[in-house]
Formats: sequence, C-alpha cells, structure tokens
Amino acid sequence: MTEPIVMYKDVHKSFGDVSVLRGIDLDIKPGEKVAVIGPSGSGKTTIIRMLMTLEQPTSGSIIVDGKNLWQMEKGGQLVPANEKHLREVRGDIGMVFQHFNLFPHMTILENCMTAPVQVKKEDKATAKKHSIEMLEKVGLGDKLDNYPSQLSGGQKQRVAMARALVMRPKIMLFDEVTSALDPELVGEVLEVIRDIAKEGEMAMVLVTHEMDFALDVADRVLFLDNGVIAEQGPPSQVLEHSENERLQSFLHRFRK
Amino acid sequence: MDAIVEVFPVLVKGVEITIKVLLASIVLGYLMAFIAGFCRLSNNIILRKITGFYVEVFRGTSLIVQLFWLYYALPILFGIEIGSDFWAGVLAISLNYGAYMSEIVRSSILSVAKGQTEAATALNMSRFQRMRLVIFPQAVRMMLPEFGNYLILMLKSTSLVSLIGMTDILYYGDILRSSDLSQAPTVYLLVLVFYFIIALPLIWLTKKMESASKKGVASQ
Ligand SMILES: Nc1ncnc2c1ncn2[C@@H]1O[C@H](COP(=O)(O)OP(=O)(O)OP(=O)(O)O)[C@@H](O)[C@H]1O
Ligand SMILES: [Mg+2]
Repeated sequence: MTEPIVMYKDVHKSFGDVSVLRGIDLDIKPGEKVAVIGPSGSGKTTIIRMLMTLEQPTSGSIIVDGKNLWQMEKGGQLVPANEKHLREVRGDIGMVFQHFNLFPHMTILENCMTAPVQVKKEDKATAKKHSIEMLEKVGLGDKLDNYPSQLSGGQKQRVAMARALVMRPKIMLFDEVTSALDPELVGEVLEVIRDIAKEGEMAMVLVTHEMDFALDVADRVLFLDNGVIAEQGPPSQVLEHSENERLQSFLHRFRK
Repeated sequence: MDAIVEVFPVLVKGVEITIKVLLASIVLGYLMAFIAGFCRLSNNIILRKITGFYVEVFRGTSLIVQLFWLYYALPILFGIEIGSDFWAGVLAISLNYGAYMSEIVRSSILSVAKGQTEAATALNMSRFQRMRLVIFPQAVRMMLPEFGNYLILMLKSTSLVSLIGMTDILYYGDILRSSDLSQAPTVYLLVLVFYFIIALPLIWLTKKMESASKKGVASQ
C-alpha cells in the first residue's frame, strides 16, 4: 500500500452560520485521478480550495505528503499555520480555475515562466525552455508573445494548464475548467486533460459536470451531497449502477 | 503690447519657483500616496488607523489652512521648524494630494480581481511576490489616468505658495498689479497663459498615461 499523497480527516467547513462541509474523509493516492460531482452548492469547489490554501477549514485536518497543511508545530503544540508553513506544504499542489485567472499584464510565455523563475528560482533559460515545451504540448506554441486578451476561452484555459504544469505539481486540482467555455471549445480542453492524465504520475482532482469525461478519465468518482461524500467508487459503478436515489436524480438531470 | 513686454520678464522670474515647487510636490505627493495607500491595506490595525486619520484630516480641511499651519502655526505651537518656505509649501501640497491619491492607490489595489491573488497563490507565490508581480502591475494601470489628473491639480495648487511669500508666478503678478492696478488685466491674462503653458506637458503626460493604462489589462 502506498501512502496517500493527500488525506482529509474529518474536515468541516462553515461560512458564517452556513455549514457547507460536514465531515470529509478522503485519501488520494499518488497518481490517482478523482472526479468530484454533485449538485450546485454542495461544496465541490470548497473541498479543493481548502487543499490549495485558498480557504481555511473550520475543523479537521488535511495532510499533504505527510505534512499537516493547516497546522504546524510550535513549542510542542499545534498552532494554525502561518504563510511560511503554507508555502512549504502547498508547493506540490497546482490548480486550474473555472475562469482561467491568467495574468492579463503578462504574455502567455510570461504567464508560464514567472512562477518557476520567481518561486522555484529556476534559471531563466531553463524556465523558458520548459514553458515553451509545455505551451507547445497544449497546442499554443505559436502564441508565446500574445496577451491573454487575444486568446479564445479554450486557449486561455490551455495556457492556465500549462502555467500550472510547469511547476511540476504532484497534485493538480481542476475546478469545472470547462464550464465557462463555449460548448465548441470544451473538447480541446478536455483533450489536454486526458493527455495529462495518461502520463499518470500526477494525482488529479477534477470537479466536473462532464460525466462522460469523468467516466473516461477518473479512477474514482465522489458524489458530494449535503456536505458529505454520499457515494464513491469506480466511475462505472457510481455513474451507472448506484442505488443512491439523490445521486440517480442528480445524474438524471445530465442525461437527457 | 508695451504692457506685455513690461510684464512678461517680471513673471518669468516666478517660473522657476513654480516649477520647483511643482516637481518636488509631485515626487513627494506620489511617494506619500503609495506609503499611505499601502499602510491603509496593512494587516496592522494601528498603522491603518493612523493613516486613516491622516487621510481624513488632510482631505477634510483646506490646503491653504494646512499651508498656514505648517508655515506659521507649527513653529510657534510645537517649535517644529520646517526650515524654509519652500519645504512648507511642498509639504503642504504633497501631504494634501498624497492623502487624496492614497485613496486611488488603495482602491486600485483592492479592485484587482480576487482570482488574480488566488492564481498567484496556486503558483505558490509569497504575499510579497503576489503584490509585486501580479497585483501591483495591474493596479498601477488603473491608477495612471487619475494620477494624471492630479498632476494638473497640483500645478494649480502651487500658486498658493505665494501666500507664504514665495516668489512664484502669481507672486510677481500680484506685485505688478499692486504697483499699477490698470495693468491687472494684462498681468492676469499672462499669468493664465504661463500656467497653461506649464500645464501642457502635464496634459500630454496625462493622455500618455491614459493610453498606457489601456494596454495589457483588457479584461479576461
Ligand atoms: N466565500 C464564501 N462565503 C460564503 N459562502 C460561501 C463562500 N464560498 C462558498 N460559499 C457557499 O458554500 C456553498 C458551497 O460552495 P461551493 O462553491 O463549494 O459549491 P460547488 O459545489 O462548487 O457549487 P457549483 O457547482 O455551483 O460550483 C455554497 O452554498 C456557497 O454559497
Ligand atoms: Mg464550484
């Protein structure tokens, strides 16, 4: 048994009085592809945002590669993590957002190579070489000097993926990365994710509404409902043979 | 025509002071704007409160009164000597405009989309890197057009330093007028022209800043 790369242990999250997640326990193995599905507002985004350190859990703990993400030891006691600790632990995690969040004042190439140079202290030439390779891989080798505003939505999202990938994360998070795209652009983005997934070594958590895609790419599907993981298992089982009524009615809405 | 020939060289003597006060105020004013703007965004509540107080006081009272405070009242009340009328004038203008412009700095930084900070965090940038590489460059583009407008306002305000006896353009204009009231129209017409000519490069710069700000931040 390999050690999980990520462990959620009884993680709760409330926004004010609203309790969104009520006890998430989840292990993700290195290289595992996990699809997260569930109704709107069920907390899918919140789950991965806590792992990216964009949202702090109300209670419980998240362990990344053996290290406690939101707590650190100080004088023999566990205290809330500071910025430095968060930076140490989240270095292996990358994320792609629904709305791309490219840096509009930087060219495509700069979008990709800034973090390797500034954060990982790679030398410029190496970072540039890797960034170009990655951009070529996502099919944008001819757009290096363009600005994000000059790209289509699908192209922007592919840049966002290249930008995250050049940091060589061990875990990649995808938050409905195709849902802000025109339907005809969804395919090109899913294609890239499939390619990345095939390479295998990186764990992936995909929040998605694309059921066929989840069926195809994921090793495991989680159905999130009412703040808990209501159902999980291999894609074919969860998506096609589940007895869970809420899951069935949820899936029903996607299969017209 | 004779009158113009007579008035012109006198007013020219004031140009140097006007421009010196202007340039020093611009540099200090922007500096103040950034310092105060960042302080108001700081995590330190004391720093935030102090700068908040400074901004409200300087925005809520008139520049002339601030000038007189710095020049006349402070030395007597607290024994604080600014040292010269030049620095009293420059300080008053830059503290006053710094207060206004700090609001621009603050609101521009706050108006950079939250997703930008999040994307930078996801790339494991530190707080400082996020500000330096991602937030600030975008915020500056938003500040530029407004900063340009304040350049021209600052130029206009420099004329107040004549009230503490500094020999700027307006000061010489007043001297000419008081020695010969009939010259007043010519004098003040020329004063207007002088200020307008000095304003021209500032107007040009403002336009430049506006177009620069439109580049590279087109919405995603
Ligand atoms: N910053 C926030 N402040 C307050 N409430 C929030 C915040 N973020 C999320 N929520 C609430 O938490 C709940 C879960 O949100 P979340 O975005 O995780 O859902 P989701 O499953 O991703 O939904 P969707 O499919 O619509 O993206 C929602 O009810 C949302 O309104
Ligand atoms: Mg969501």
